[in-house]
Amino acid sequence: MTAAVDPSKDVAAPALRADPADAHQPRPTMSMAQMLAAFRDAGTDAVPGWLKQRRVAALARAVEVGFPTTSDEEWRFTPITPLLELPLHPAQPPAHRLTAGEIAPLTFGLEACRLVFVDGYFCGELSSLPAPGGDLRAVSLRAALAGGAPELEAHLTRVAGDEALVFTALNTAFFRDGALVVAAPGKAIAQPVHLLFIATAGETGAAAHVRNLIVAGAGSEVKILETYVSLSDAPHFTNTVTELVLGAEARVEHCKIQEENHRAVHIADVQARQDRGSHWTSHSVSTGAKLARHQIQTLFDGEAGVCILNGLYLARGGQLADYHTVVDHAKPRCESHEFYHGILSGNAHGVFNGKIFVRQDAQKTNAKQNNRNLLLSDDAVVNTKPQLEIFADDVKCTHGATVGQMDGEALFYLRSRGIGLEQARQMMIRAFASDVVDRIPLEPVRAHLNHKLTERFKDKP
Amino acid sequence: MALLDIRNLSARVEGRQILKDLSLSLNAGEVHAIMGPNGSGKSTLASVLAGRSEYEVTAGTVVFQGADLLAMQPEERARAGVFLAFQYPVEIPGVNSTYFLRAALNECRKSRGEPELAPMEFLKLVKAKSKILELDPALLNRPVNEGFSGGEKKRNEIFQMAVLEPRLAILDETDSGLDIDALQAVAAGVNKLRRPDNAALVITHYQRLLNYIVPDFVHVLVDGRIVLSGGKELALTLEARGYDWVTDQTAAVADVKS
Repeated sequence: MTAAVDPSKDVAAPALRADPADAHQPRPTMSMAQMLAAFRDAGTDAVPGWLKQRRVAALARAVEVGFPTTSDEEWRFTPITPLLELPLHPAQPPAHRLTAGEIAPLTFGLEACRLVFVDGYFCGELSSLPAPGGDLRAVSLRAALAGGAPELEAHLTRVAGDEALVFTALNTAFFRDGALVVAAPGKAIAQPVHLLFIATAGETGAAAHVRNLIVAGAGSEVKILETYVSLSDAPHFTNTVTELVLGAEARVEHCKIQEENHRAVHIADVQARQDRGSHWTSHSVSTGAKLARHQIQTLFDGEAGVCILNGLYLARGGQLADYHTVVDHAKPRCESHEFYHGILSGNAHGVFNGKIFVRQDAQKTNAKQNNRNLLLSDDAVVNTKPQLEIFADDVKCTHGATVGQMDGEALFYLRSRGIGLEQARQMMIRAFASDVVDRIPLEPVRAHLNHKLTERFKDKP
Repeated sequence: MALLDIRNLSARVEGRQILKDLSLSLNAGEVHAIMGPNGSGKSTLASVLAGRSEYEVTAGTVVFQGADLLAMQPEERARAGVFLAFQYPVEIPGVNSTYFLRAALNECRKSRGEPELAPMEFLKLVKAKSKILELDPALLNRPVNEGFSGGEKKRNEIFQMAVLEPRLAILDETDSGLDIDALQAVAAGVNKLRRPDNAALVITHYQRLLNYIVPDFVHVLVDGRIVLSGGKELALTLEARGYDWVTDQTAAVADVKS
């Protein structure tokens, strides 16, 4: 049974939950100055002058803003203590070369053009790049910067330029590598592009700042899959920013799956700028990390754009999963649809905050937002908040949030047909997730997620 | 031995005593109808037999095929051959009907030591059974009961029953909310499933359904007790005279006794 939630109120008082293992004593935490000192010389070498300038500006901004605390409205329910307790330092190039066999399970058997990054370092021999001169360009950002790709100065750090997001500013200052993906105007790219980010997590506190830029030319179509995994369980930090530029009438499916280990900290910013008539679908799934914060943003920079934002977060134990979305209806006749589903067990904590701006001349806007949460335990906590700021008068905006437990009536119905309690629970969990999972256009990814859901909730959640 | 033997059953829900010392026995091959006014405990009886946890049994026993039914979990009852056709079948978004029913059938088969049915074999079975019920097979590609009309939901209940082939079917007001065509289709389905080795407990407020599913016995439930039992003609008497007639009669009997 789900209960409607008064959107003006938070669902529950926030509970700052510490991992029981860490509970006995406070640990020293890193200051911004220490962070900057640790990363000063990492990966900022050999970049063009324009980028150097932007790095300097971003760094200054990061110092000015400082690390967020829970008295900061945007971080009210999301203490970053797990991050600041880590001995953060730039991830080193991996000591051991991964083989194609080792990464095979991380590809889901998906036929794709693939760029593989290990601890933030591009790994050419594990990657399969498209042939040069074709409709699709996909290269490592460092290679693109060295080669002077024309899209970079125009777009890189311009889409996610809002440096109120301190981790985005830090990323701008310190990113080492990532991917540049460019779809030529008017071309439908058949093969998906898979950006695979592997953390070997060899040592505690290894950090990678990853930056991706995706440029879909006018009228192009492209599917991008970004996945993040860890190979061991040492706590590490991923700070990733993906910028997407959609030309007029372009169609982009962007799917990001975060499955890092349960001690990792994952902070992500995915921002799009959409030109006239473009269509962006974002699928974001978060199952890993002790602390996972996802910023997902789009700006309608032309009329009649459409964005569909899907999200699924699974959190258990002491995990915290946080989604902050911003849809900026700056132009008329655009449509946005948000569907975020959370499944929380143990003493996990989910946070959803959905902002929708409708600017004064954005008439005929259609904006929908929906956040549903399934709590599998009495100790799980969700804070969900819609934030609508509407300055136009001829618009349709709806939002809704629910927090509830598993539907006992449905559970009984399944059992009354012979299905055991555990299997019935799993069916219900999968059903709850399927609204989001089934929209993902890549079948191997759906299969992987369905398998993961089954495994995850096999025993008592 | 009776297929189902209910003895001196008392049950309550939310602190209210609903069933009071109810006894009833069904043999294989029989159809029993339970009739009674609103609030008499008909649906409570169905819920207690299916194993709904909100209902607390305070006294009595229920033996099904020699086993203690009340000690079993709902899924164990289903696997043993008890089937409840719900009065209000619940919609379960995201759970595909075919997937759900195959899982259910395979659980029942496993518990009987039979091999699971592969998807193709199952589809064949479904095709055959959906013909019996004249159920639109397209419904089975949808999530369980989602967006089904009232009639489709009830038909789907009987369809599931046809697939699972229970020993004891409990139809909880299956006629409620059905127009005459749907009622006939549902009843025809139930009749096709009648066999010498199974039994049905048909719970209804109105006599109408019993024109189509002709019972061997009719029991009248009032205030948690069976106050009157008889053959199929009892249903017609009730229809003609109303439940007040039974209430008055039993009151008179009680007066005489006291």
